[in-house]
Amino acid sequence: MAEKILRKIKLKIWRQENAQSKGYFDTYELENISTDASFLEMMDLLNEHLIMEGIDPVAFDHDCREGICGSCGLFINGRAHGPDNDITTCQLHMRKFREGATIVIEPWRAKSFPVIKDLMVDRSAFDIIQQAGGFITINTGSAVVANTILIDPKSAETAMDAASCIGCGACVAACKNSSAMLFVAAKVTHLANLPQGKPEAKKRAIQMAKKMDELGFGGCSNTGACEVECPKNISISTIATLNREYLSANVDQ
Amino acid sequence: MQTFESKIPDGPIKEKWKKHKESIKVVSPNNKMKLDIIVVGTGLAGGSAAASLAELGYNVKSFCYQDSPRRAHSIAAQGGINAAKNYQNDNDSVFRLFYDTIKGGDYRSREANVFRMAEVSGNIIDQCVAQGVPFAREYGGTLANRSFGGVLVSRTFYARGQTGQQLLLGSYAAMNRQIANGKIQLYARREMLDLVVIDGKAKGIITRNLITGEIERHGAHAVVIASGGYSNVFYLSTNAMGSNVSPVWQIYKKGAFFANPSYAQIHPTCIPVHGEYQSKLTLMSESLRNDGRIWVPKEKVDAIKLQFSEIKPNDIPEEKRDYYLERRYPSYGNLVPRDVASRAAKERCDAGFGVNSSGKAVFLDFAATIKERGKEEIEKKYGNLFQMYQKITDVNPYEEPMMIYPAIHYTMGGTWVDYNLMTTIPGLYAIGEANFSDHGANRLGASALMQGLADGYFILPYTIGNYLADEIQTPKINTNVKEFEDAENAIMERLKSVMLIQGSKTVDYFHKRLGQIMWDKVGMSRNEKGLKEAIEEIRTLRKEFWKDIRVPGSLNNINPELEKAGKTADFLELGELMARDALQRNESCGGHYREEFTTEEGEAKRDDENYSFVGAWEYKGEDSVPELHKEHLEFEYVKLTQRSYK
Ligand SMILES: Cc1cc2nc3c(=O)[nH]c(=O)nc-3n(C[C@H](O)[C@H](O)[C@H](O)COP(=O)(O)OP(=O)(O)OC[C@H]3O[C@@H](n4cnc5c(N)ncnc54)[C@H](O)[C@@H]3O)c2cc1C
Ligand code: SF4
Ligand code: FES
Repeated sequence: MAEKILRKIKLKIWRQENAQSKGYFDTYELENISTDASFLEMMDLLNEHLIMEGIDPVAFDHDCREGICGSCGLFINGRAHGPDNDITTCQLHMRKFREGATIVIEPWRAKSFPVIKDLMVDRSAFDIIQQAGGFITINTGSAVVANTILIDPKSAETAMDAASCIGCGACVAACKNSSAMLFVAAKVTHLANLPQGKPEAKKRAIQMAKKMDELGFGGCSNTGACEVECPKNISISTIATLNREYLSANVDQ
Repeated sequence: MQTFESKIPDGPIKEKWKKHKESIKVVSPNNKMKLDIIVVGTGLAGGSAAASLAELGYNVKSFCYQDSPRRAHSIAAQGGINAAKNYQNDNDSVFRLFYDTIKGGDYRSREANVFRMAEVSGNIIDQCVAQGVPFAREYGGTLANRSFGGVLVSRTFYARGQTGQQLLLGSYAAMNRQIANGKIQLYARREMLDLVVIDGKAKGIITRNLITGEIERHGAHAVVIASGGYSNVFYLSTNAMGSNVSPVWQIYKKGAFFANPSYAQIHPTCIPVHGEYQSKLTLMSESLRNDGRIWVPKEKVDAIKLQFSEIKPNDIPEEKRDYYLERRYPSYGNLVPRDVASRAAKERCDAGFGVNSSGKAVFLDFAATIKERGKEEIEKKYGNLFQMYQKITDVNPYEEPMMIYPAIHYTMGGTWVDYNLMTTIPGLYAIGEANFSDHGANRLGASALMQGLADGYFILPYTIGNYLADEIQTPKINTNVKEFEDAENAIMERLKSVMLIQGSKTVDYFHKRLGQIMWDKVGMSRNEKGLKEAIEEIRTLRKEFWKDIRVPGSLNNINPELEKAGKTADFLELGELMARDALQRNESCGGHYREEFTTEEGEAKRDDENYSFVGAWEYKGEDSVPELHKEHLEFEYVKLTQRSYK
């Protein structure tokens, strides 16, 4: 599709000074945006204008700008990562928007992800969940030679599918219960499918799920909204794996 | 107290590391518990180091500017990681990996360091598999390999097109285990702003809390810098937006020598630039060159038609295509090293054969492979890369060839370190892309991940003990001393002064202008006149920056523009040093290509007699010219030849 110029768009953006202050929507207009520009490049342009007008630019998280670091995450027109499938916010392009469109931009909304400024939220709860068990207990230097343990390619692929999670938090933002189930299930599924991760699989499932509850994430009611918005296509079948590990662990106890 | 000695152990190359390990000091478990180590960076280098040091019992403080260690720029590495496992039975060996790396680096790296990296490469794969890294597998369950540019064997391990991500999640998981154990204290959303040196030794850092704006003091018995590379000095690069030179620059100004700053790598397969507003460039993994063929039209009329979108690439018949890499380099073909492939693309485009509207693009075509082996196989190997390409360009690469162009990707230069990875400041270490050590003037594909993890898992944890063994009597570092206070005051001063200017231009304005100077005059192709102009232009731009920059917001809140301003201010100084270094090196080698020094066929021409050295720069103060120190490189095991990939 050839490049076009959007002569005018309207942006309705959530502004919030810091975690303590109250937020509000402000509206800005932007002219002459190339449809080949990425969404975040459009935000850069907006900020350049705001700075020149003496208005505080809009803060948002981003880093790699190629869909892999998981830093970015905007709630655009009611959808986590905006109106395109299987992508992160930084991979969204302006060709998805029409001339004259009004674009509503909000931060992730979830109790466990408090807003810290404008469109930035605190996702450290995700790190804390990982610290509760999202690893294999092995010290540097104590590994066996790699090919001693064979892994059938199918298990490796299933593990890889789940391991693709970038920790962006879109699943939580998309879920009406603000559940982190998909995120937790992805890690549990990744490691449970590998022989190296099996010994701790049950313990891992229990500890991570427990931590998730403690941190105030909601329960899962199987609406599947998470899967739809997940930029990495993490399947809700991982949640079944999590449940299986979790239940069998409880039976064992 | 500065030492500029490589400290390469004596003896045959195969024995050096082993003997060295046996001879260096070890710290007892009891004493390790009393020692604090700061690690700046949570990428593959910093993450693996932090986890391994904590496992050993040291108290680690880990810093990153992102909100989580898992987001370090290493996450973006796509193609793979090298290791001399010889799983393909194609006669690979530690020596061959060593040899390829020295040759690929155009004979500008240290033999001893490179050999050690090759030696531990196999352990890295073992370690990562044990952590649960889901590498690609063969049907029988063994590990799979692919080949990468610049070598004739297949030794690259990969996890789809997401190898960096998976390796990083491995070291992140190892870190998490130690965070849970209380052995790593994590400081995310922190930016290092200076190094603190007490009695000639590194004793701590000053950071800014990026949420509250608070300036913090952190003390430790040793400091490790693992802050990554500085490609963003070019503004447009494949690096993450936040990648920066600042920690490396801060320690340079405190006395750590900066080696080979001009050695920057251009990656041949990136998505071409498309507009003024562009904020970064996206890499298409080099592994694509295994199955894609690179071409431009043979005839200029066809190129012009493509530039005006009058025809489609598939309208050009086979016999009218110029597969110029296969033509010029029959033995390596599309797999020549990065610098060679990049210059060849530039040569064709400069000659008028570029294929997009700006004339700055060539084709990377998968049609032949898809026809031969089916779409599915390509999808399995590169699915996420193809998807990424389509999302950005709106072109389906299964049906039309990709368009690519070279972009700045990696910096071989960095902080000078000795064999122990210690800088010229005692107690200060540099690992990963932040140091200069293993890639000479050009890095081979899939070797950065190997180096970062070699440094962090298997080298630093040993060598740091040699220094710390003499620090066991040193109590916890008291940060209420003059040195910390002075450093903190100097930082406050700088932050305040940048906020005070309130000029008429944004940070990006200056950064873009710097990038343009760097790309035009200190980029893929350099000459004396351009480099001298660059030095002057950068100086002028720097002055303008400090007069006319506008940084909004406040010091006590989240302020991304303030962070950017600090990084850009450092880039504005670094750019000049890069030009200076490129100017003193009157030869072409690897990524450093001087138009005055080429063979008759236009290939890079080294001058081993006069330039077989590491150029390490010592900071001499703001208005003084830095001093160049030379570490002469000796080659005992590899015979120097003109690189040839024909
Ligand atoms: C797109 C892309 C693809 C690549 N693909 C490959 C590949 O396939 N194979 C390969 O071998 N190599 C590849 N590379 C190169 C490789 O990824 C990097 O060289 C390597 O990951 C660098 O790792 P690192 O640990 O040294 O630094 P990084 O991963 O860059 O980490 C830097 C760390 O330092 C922290 N930091 C930086 N500045 C500060 C500061 N001021 N204060 C506090 N913390 C700070 C950051 O937060 C981060 O945690 C690729 C690079 C790119 C850009
Ligand atoms: S599961 Fe998907 S949506 Fe959730 S954090 Fe991971 S990548 Fe993001
Ligand atoms: S910025 Fe890294 S995923 Fe979007």
